[in-house]
This record gives sequence, C-alpha cells and structure tokens, in this order.
Amino acid sequence: MSSADMPTSPEGPARPDVPTDHDMPTRSPAKPAPYVIAGILLAIAIVVPLFVPSYSSDSPRLAGIPFFYWYQMLWVPITAGLVGISYQVVVREDRRRRDAIRGGVGQGEVR
Amino acid sequence: MNAMSVPVATPDRPVNGVAFTVVIVLFLVVAVVGFLAARWRAGEKSGLHSLDEWGLGGRGFGTWVTWFLLGGDLYTAYTFVAVPAAMWATGAVSGFFAVPYTIVLYPIVFVLMSRLWSVSHRHGFVTPADFVGGRYGSRVLTVAVAVTGIVATMPYIALQLVGIKAVLTVLGLGSAENALLTDLPLIVAFVVLAAYTYTSGLRAPALIAVVKDLLIYLAVIVAVIYLPIKFGGWDSIFGAAQQKLTAVSPATGKPAGVFIPGASSYSAYWTLALGSALALFMYPHSITGVLATKSRNTIRKNAAVLPLYSLMLGFLALLGYVAISAGTKPIDLNGTVNPQLVVPQLFLDHFPAWFAGIALAAIAIGALVPAAIMSIAAANLFTRNIYRDLIRPTADPRQEAKVSKIASLVVKFGALVFVIGMDQSAAINMQLLGGIWILQTFPAIVAGLYTRWFHRWALFAGWAAGILYGTIAAYNVVNPATKAHFGGSVAAIPGTDIQVYIAIVAFVINILVAVILTLVFRAMKMADGRDITRESDYGADEHDPKVAEIERAYPLSESGDALG
Repeated sequence: MSSADMPTSPEGPARPDVPTDHDMPTRSPAKPAPYVIAGILLAIAIVVPLFVPSYSSDSPRLAGIPFFYWYQMLWVPITAGLVGISYQVVVREDRRRRDAIRGGVGQGEVR
Repeated sequence: MNAMSVPVATPDRPVNGVAFTVVIVLFLVVAVVGFLAARWRAGEKSGLHSLDEWGLGGRGFGTWVTWFLLGGDLYTAYTFVAVPAAMWATGAVSGFFAVPYTIVLYPIVFVLMSRLWSVSHRHGFVTPADFVGGRYGSRVLTVAVAVTGIVATMPYIALQLVGIKAVLTVLGLGSAENALLTDLPLIVAFVVLAAYTYTSGLRAPALIAVVKDLLIYLAVIVAVIYLPIKFGGWDSIFGAAQQKLTAVSPATGKPAGVFIPGASSYSAYWTLALGSALALFMYPHSITGVLATKSRNTIRKNAAVLPLYSLMLGFLALLGYVAISAGTKPIDLNGTVNPQLVVPQLFLDHFPAWFAGIALAAIAIGALVPAAIMSIAAANLFTRNIYRDLIRPTADPRQEAKVSKIASLVVKFGALVFVIGMDQSAAINMQLLGGIWILQTFPAIVAGLYTRWFHRWALFAGWAAGILYGTIAAYNVVNPATKAHFGGSVAAIPGTDIQVYIAIVAFVINILVAVILTLVFRAMKMADGRDITRESDYGADEHDPKVAEIERAYPLSESGDALG
C-alpha cells in the first residue's frame, strides 16, 4: 500500500460513475486513528457483557429486578450507543478516503 | 376413525373463538400483503426473473426496511417461544444468555458484514458460498459451505413450525386423537406461505415483517407493563422464580434450574452467548438479509439500531418468570407439560381474548417471516452452489430464479414433513447440531474477508474436524432425566471439567487444524486456488462499479451506464 494520503493518478481523479480497471483502489489509504477508536469501543461492547463474574449477583435490585438481569439489559442501549459512535467515526473516515480518490465528487453528499 | 366422534379439541381445551378469529383475520391480512409484495418496487423490465430480484428483493432495501426484515429474520417465533420456555423451566443459563448473545452480536456484525456486502456487490455474489468460491477457487470448499448452510437451515425452518404449533395448541385447535386434524391448520398456513414466497420472493417477508414486528412490540410492551402490576411487582415475580429454580428436585438431587449463575456456570454462560453470536451471521438467512441492503453502510447503521429487539427479547424472557409467578400451566394435548406453551398460555390466561389473539398472531406471523427468508436463502444456496456450480454452469439468471423458486417449495415441504412426521425433539436436536455446524463455516468465510493466508484444503480439513468433533460431543451429552442423546449444547472441554458451548471447542479445533495444515501445505507448495477478488473489492461502496461492468466497459469504452 502507498503511504500517500492523496491519489496520484496521472490522468486526474477518476469519476465514480465511470468504470475503471478492477485493480484500481476504491479508497485512499486509511488513517489509523478512527479505526483504533472504533475498535476499542466495539471491543468494550463485546468483552464487558461477557465478563459474567462482574454481574452474577442478586443485589442491588432495581425495582425488584436482580442486578444480574437489569445490568445485562442495561448493556443493550450501551452497546447500541457504542456501535452508533463507531458508525459515525468510521463512516466519516470512509467518506474522506473515497472523496480523496474520487477527487471530491461526492463531497457535498450527505447520506 | 369416526370423524363425528372426534371433537375439534380435547374437552379441557375449548377453542377460543374470539382469539382464533383475530388470528385468522391477521393471517389473511398478512397473506394479502405477501402477494401484493410482488409489485413493490419491482423492476419493470426484469420482473422477478433473477436471483437478485426474487432472492434478494432487488438488492435495494434501505435502513428502515432492513431493520424490520432483519428484526423479523433473527428474532424468530421459535425464539419468542423457546427463550421464555427455557427461563420458565431451567432459568438463567439456558434462557437469559440470549440477552448477552444478542448484545455482542452487533459489534461483530458491524465489523464483518460491510466487507462481505462490498465484495458481494462487486462480484454479484448471492450466497456466502459464492464468496468462498470466488475467494478460494475451491469447489469442494464451496460445496461444503453451501451444504452446511442448507442442512443447518432446514431444522431451523422446522422449528418455526413448532412455534406456530404452540400457538395453535393453546388456541384449542387440534386433538390428541386425530393427528391429521391437528396438523391441518399448520399445513394450510404453510401452503399459503409457500405460495406468496414463490410469487414475491424476499419482498414478501420484508413487508410482512413490518406488520409482525409492530404487533410483537405492542404485545410485549403491554404485557411487561400490565402483568407485573397484576402479580404484585417484579419483587414477588423474581421471588417465585427463585423459589422454583432453587428448589432441589427429588429425581436428580440437583436444583431445578439456575436463578443467578454460580462460578461453575460462568464459562457455559459466556461461551453460549459468544458462540451463538459468532454463528448467527454465518446462517444463510442472515446473510441474505445483509446482501439485500442497498448500500455498504446500511448494515452498519442497522447494527446500531437492531439492539432494540434485544431489549424486547430480554423482557420477553422475563415473561417466563412472570408465568412461574402466575402459576401458568402449559399442558399439551396429550396431557404432558410442554414448557413451549408457556408464553401463549400466559397471554390467553390474563388478557382479553381479542388482545391475546393479537399476541398469538404476532408469534404465528413471526414464524412465517423467518421461514420464508430461510427457505429463500437455502434455495439460493442450492441454485448457485449446487445447481449452477455442479450441474449446469451455463444457467442464466432467469433459469436460476426458476430453480430457486422450486427449491424454496421443496425446502418448506421438507420442513413440514419433518415436523409432522417426526418427533418434535428431532427438530430441536437437529437445530442444536445446526448451530454447531454453521459456526464451522466461520473460518472460511470470515478469514477470507481479510486474508488469503489460509490454504483452501486446510480450511476444508478444519471444517471437517470441527463438524466431526461437534457432532460427537453433542451426541455424548445425555439428558439426565430421559437418558436421551443430544441432551444439550454444553459439554466439558476434553481433559478438563470446564463446561462450555460445544460449538466453541469445535471452532477452536477447526482453526488449529486450518492454521497447522496451511503451514504444512504451503511448505509442500500445494496448488492454491484462483482468487477472483481484489483488495479494492472489500472497501467498495454502492457507487463503485460492479466487476462485470468494469469488464464490459474497459478498455473499449470509457463511459457506459454502469449504474443503470
């Protein structure tokens, strides 16, 4: 992989709707930071809910529900939040990489 | 047998007329929706004459449709019946693990599935086995993945029928004496399902899922607010559950179940959750849902919003404890206790008949959605990776769609025969094995998304080793009460007494074999298969041209309607 952040295509940037060679990269090289951040958040969302000793107890109860049960259900919205943040971080970097290779054609596009 | 003397129901189970009428009406509404779905967003030119159209709904589902479709696909009727049933019967380890399972699922989906979407978009892959074939150029590995997918899906479809059956039994349909009468409503329901799946393809379950999900949310939200008030709050509900589950059974000398897992159950609990989460998106019906989305990021966005279903599943699981506190009696037609009837019975006992009808209809319709998607997914596997790859390599898209439609009928008919002809426990055992087997396709599919390091024959050997170990280990689990084999999905790691989910041990064996043999085969310089994918394919999005379009347009022409 090239280390350059900007594409150095001699003919200028390719338009996204024009088919090009199959080996042509679809994205410019990645910056590691967004992927590291997302990776850490997602790892938390996997490891913490599986660490059973941390929640296998009856107390404290919440509205009569033992800790074991409400704590795990609490992790449902927490995971949704962590995945949501990861989505924002990764999609933003993804868009930058595509715009870099397509010469900013899709820049104004918000999906 | 004298038909006149056989009552429609056994005397202790009268038909609940109001609830039954509500179920029938909702079922008819859903059938109409299913047939009309054929016209929904259908391509004017092509109709439903390709797998992309029939089998993947035109590959154009956005965030909302996908949310409903995958929600209906992953959280099946059997889940709604079996999870509370397990909670009612044996408590947390066999029931509540579904909550961490459906939590850790989504980070995994987020990481893996957009890459699979991208490479499949570029190459027009319809099934996971298509991808494996394109990546490794190995027919044997492709067929292994395809057959594993089909075999693991069949009992899963059968279990959806078990879910419908639970609803019908509670409604008072069926009798212990006349098997045909008992199964008739089930057969009618399945014939209608088969008909609209045949005509509308994946569009039918996608639209029906909207109806089903709204009904099930309504039923669960009302039940979770109303029932605890009726039974003296969560405190007394959990009190009753604790009393039942910790009581020592005179037959086995052990507690009836697990209220809060002790140290000896930790490993079983988390390996069940993790193993099930890793396996779920290897099932063909899950991947069908992913590949039907219109953009690379649709599935990622959904990984952040699908957990709402997990919250609902958690509350539904707790209804198993509510049923303990309410003293629900899930008595089957033949007079035995059948835990799977617990939730339908709970609704029928404590709600007005019309509302119970809505809840029961939600469960029954909840069986139709995944059954349709599963049969489509299995049919696509057969068409692409057995019919096209092995029998008729020249098949065009129209022929593929035709074969797949017929295969979907065969698959559903097979599931019906399975449930009617065989003991219900056969379907459950097979589903248990299916979960272990499907996880053995993980290394081939997922490693392939990131690296070509593994050798194709090493992956095949790993797959075989995992399946072999998993099957033997599952057979050796003996139910302490009935002495039957396939008594559960948890066994000790060989040589230790640490109890874990069998699929996880099989998975580790699978990877070890694949790694070691890859090193050996590479040292032997054994021939590697042809890889038709490129690094660029794995990051492609919906605006990047498909490979077929590139090949058509380059280098002869520089424009072209690539995104037509």
